[in-house]
Formats: sequence, C-alpha cells, structure tokens
Amino acid sequence: MTPVLVPRKKAWRGSKTSRRNTGYPGVPQWVFALAAAGGLFVLLPLAAMVSRVNWGQFIPLITSESSLMALGLSLRTSATSTVLCIVFGVPLALVLSRASFPGQRLLRAFVLLPLVLPPVVGGIALLYTFGRRGLLGRSLELAGIQIAFSTTAVILAQTFVALPFLVVSLDGALRTAGTKYEAVAATLGARPTTVLRRVSIPLVLPGLASGAVLSFARCLGEFGATLTFAGSLQGVTRTLPLEIYLQRETDADAAVALSLVLVAVAVAVVGLSFRRSRALAPEAGSE
Amino acid sequence: MSIFRMRISALLAACVVAAGLAGCANVTTDKAPSASTGGTQAVARSVTVYAAASLKSPFTEIASEFEAANPGTKVTLNFAGSSTLVSQITQGAPADVFASADSRNMAELSAAGLIDGTPINFATNVLTIAVPSADPALISSFTELAKPGIRVVICAPQVPCGSATEKLEKATGTTLKPVSEESSVTDVLGKITSGEADAGLVYVTDVKTAGDKVKGIFFSESNQAANTYPIATVGSSKNKELANAFIGVVTGSEGKKVLGDAGFGTP
Repeated sequence: MTPVLVPRKKAWRGSKTSRRNTGYPGVPQWVFALAAAGGLFVLLPLAAMVSRVNWGQFIPLITSESSLMALGLSLRTSATSTVLCIVFGVPLALVLSRASFPGQRLLRAFVLLPLVLPPVVGGIALLYTFGRRGLLGRSLELAGIQIAFSTTAVILAQTFVALPFLVVSLDGALRTAGTKYEAVAATLGARPTTVLRRVSIPLVLPGLASGAVLSFARCLGEFGATLTFAGSLQGVTRTLPLEIYLQRETDADAAVALSLVLVAVAVAVVGLSFRRSRALAPEAGSE
Repeated sequence: MSIFRMRISALLAACVVAAGLAGCANVTTDKAPSASTGGTQAVARSVTVYAAASLKSPFTEIASEFEAANPGTKVTLNFAGSSTLVSQITQGAPADVFASADSRNMAELSAAGLIDGTPINFATNVLTIAVPSADPALISSFTELAKPGIRVVICAPQVPCGSATEKLEKATGTTLKPVSEESSVTDVLGKITSGEADAGLVYVTDVKTAGDKVKGIFFSESNQAANTYPIATVGSSKNKELANAFIGVVTGSEGKKVLGDAGFGTP
C-alpha cells in the first residue's frame, strides 16, 4: 500500500503517469523518519505560537488602528516591490540564461548576492547608496528627492532582497524549457520581441508565477533592511514585521496575534500560487 | 499493511529523536551557568548577569574587575533590551543577576515571582539631544526639535527611551513630528551617526559611547524624565552568594565610579 504518497506526487507533477507502474519501490523508510523530523521542526514552532494566541482578544488586537495600517502598508509595498521585481527581474533572467557575454557568470553571482546576504547588510548598503550622504542620495537630495524615512525606502529595501528570488526561479525555468521552440519561431520569421512575447514568456509562465510569489512572500517578511534603511513610522515605513517587533516590547499578545496574521497571509499566498502553477503546468510542461 | 506499520514506526522513531534532542538541549542549558572556565579540577565559580544594553561598557569593566578581585570566578554577561531580558528570564534562562534600564521591567519580573528581595536602584540616565557632528542642526533646546524642516528621530513610546521622550513632550508642551520612531535607542543613534537624521533623542551615555561622530546637546528639562536602573538577584539563581557579591560591587563605590565615568547619574 505505497500509494499514500503517490497521488500527491501526481498532483505536484501534474502528469498523468503514476510511478506505481514503474516498479520503483519508492523512498527508503529511513528517509521518511528524517523527513518527519524535518517537518516537525517547521510545524512545531508554528503550533506553539498558535497555542499562545489570546483568542478572546484576537479580533480587537488585529483590527487596532496600528495593526491595520501596518498590514495595509505591508501589502501595498510588497505588491509594488513584486511588480518592480518582475519589471527588472525578467530581463535579468533572460540576459543571464539566453544571452552570452563576458562577465556573465560574475553578474549572476552578484545578482544573487542578496539571497545569502544578511538583510541588515543590505540595509547598510542601501543606506550608503540612497541615503542622504550616499552615492546617489546626495544628488537626489539636491534634486529635492528624499528617500530615507519614506515609503519609497521600504519598497527599495524589499525589491533589493526579493529580486534574486524571481531571477533564480525564472532563470531555472528558462534553462529547463530550452530554446527549441524559440528557434522554430525564429525560423518562421518571428522577430525577437515576438518570440519573447509569444513563445518564451508563455513557456516559463509557471516559473515566473512561482518566482513572483516567492518575491512577494520575501517582501512581506522583510525586516532587517527596512529597519536599517527606512526607519519605522506608523503608516509610512512601519510594515507588519516592524510592528510585531515593536509590539513585542510591551504587548506579547498583540505580537503573537499579528504574527499569526502574517503566517495566514503567507500561507494564503503560497497556497494560491500552487493552485495557479498547477493550472498552468500542463500547458508548459510539455516534454 | 506492513509498510503502513513501518511508516508508523518511522514516525515514532522521529519523535524519539526529536524528544532526545529536546532533552539534550535541556541538559546543556542547565549546565551552562555552572560550567567551569578552565576545565581543571578546581571548578570555577560563575555568575551570569543579564543587563540592559545601555550598561554594556560599564558592566564589562565592572565584571573584569570583579573577576580580578575574586580569582577563579567567571562573570558571564548577556546584554539586550530590558524587555527582551525579562521574557528570556521568564522562559527559564539561567540568569543570576538582572539589571534593568527601567523600573517597569523590573516590576514585571518581580510580579512573576522571579526576583529575590527588593531591587536596588543603582544608576540614573537622562535623555539628551544628539546631532551628527559633521553637520549639526542648529538646536539649543528641546522645543526647537519641533521646528519645521528638522528631521527628528525618536524612540517609539513602547520602549523606555520613548516613554521618557513622551514625558518630556508633555512637560515642555512640545509636540514632536518625528520622521521615525525606532524600537531601540541604538537604532536612533544609528540614524544620527549615518547623518540620515538631523537630530534625535538618546541617552547621555549613548552619546559618550558614540564618540566624536555624534554631538550631545544638553537641555534643562532632561531631569524631568530620568530613568532609574534597578538591579536584583534572580529568584531561581543557584549562585545567590556570588550574585549578591556582584550586586555589592555595582552598588558600591567602585561601581559608582565606573558608572559615573560612563555618564550615568546616581539615584
């Protein structure tokens, strides 16, 4: 009775062929034990947090003015940052996977750097770029543009940390898809922009979707770079993670309630994306 | 069906592993405070001090003096925001001494039954205006912080430095319009040292620590919102004798001198 896990595999892969018939015995039992421990390690802290929620006060806590403003700001800035990630991330991924030029590998390494950089380091780097005495900030200040302590700073911080997530997923999808269809389209007389619009992008749409979702989730959780670079003011720069951090000082109940909201939003976003990418998968997953 | 059973046993095994890990973790945390320093037969005595972040430099100095005066003694220091320390101790962290930056957090720990005896007030700290020394704003009083065009950064009212700021606003009848309300005084200081903000409200002791990057501007109303620092032995401490000895040094003449040099006042 192995099939307990097989239907799930099917759903994930979105393919009609099951592994049941291949004669492959499946995953060794000891792997299940370690996987269970790994799963517990993730789920247990979440369960522990849920157990600490003060349900009697839950609704008043999450609907207080400061909470709603923080949630609204988080959703707005994360959406804007995700759009920026798509606008700049898609071209970056295309250039990294399809073109070839000197310094390409170096460029890839640097674009992916924020993935492994502690966010607070990102915040300091942004400060020295867009800050008042920064590389670009000085000129911006003279032009009357102030970035520090503004919502723009929050969006910059989020885009900085989230961009590599989109580039990585899309780069992978583009490499997996290969260039066959694009080559055919080109021989049929399609111009590069038409090929990109009609062939390349539709082909990697699931990768793009999951990349965008990952970026959005990363934006939503951004804390360190925002704290270092943007400051913290209700309705302007205090996003939900910053609000949680502040509430923790005096009101643990509020911090836990808001954390749960953030978990719920994240779960909803990730859940939604899986359903969408599954719906998109058969179209592009042609082998 | 046998596979099903195996899966159950695998799950059980995983639980056992997880429980084992938890067990190990418990053992190590219990042992940590009394762990010896040298590892030789003469087991060192050790005291663990949890202190507010603003006490970092004076307490580091006092601790090394204490170790020098009591050979074979090891002082372990843990610095963080007072409320963070309170939640750590409440969750069972192995502290022997707790020094808070305000009486509210000390009261919270007392209410939880985790404090031995009555806390002793050993220092005071007042707010001061801090400006970047490279490009100082022209400010000479608290009320001038509300001038338009000056980017002021303060602490959020939820943290001790923020509630002191609030008190000063009331006392002087000033309403500040900050560009940011940070969750710790070090974040306020960071915004000033980097030159992002024109001015900020931090503790006198922070300006001393920041060195010449930041200039402090004294204002006469500052005394109206002085923070009092209490210190006490943690109730669950296993080294109460040593803990009391450390508190004795902090509250004694030696401690007073070190704290005074760091900019703290006497209560």
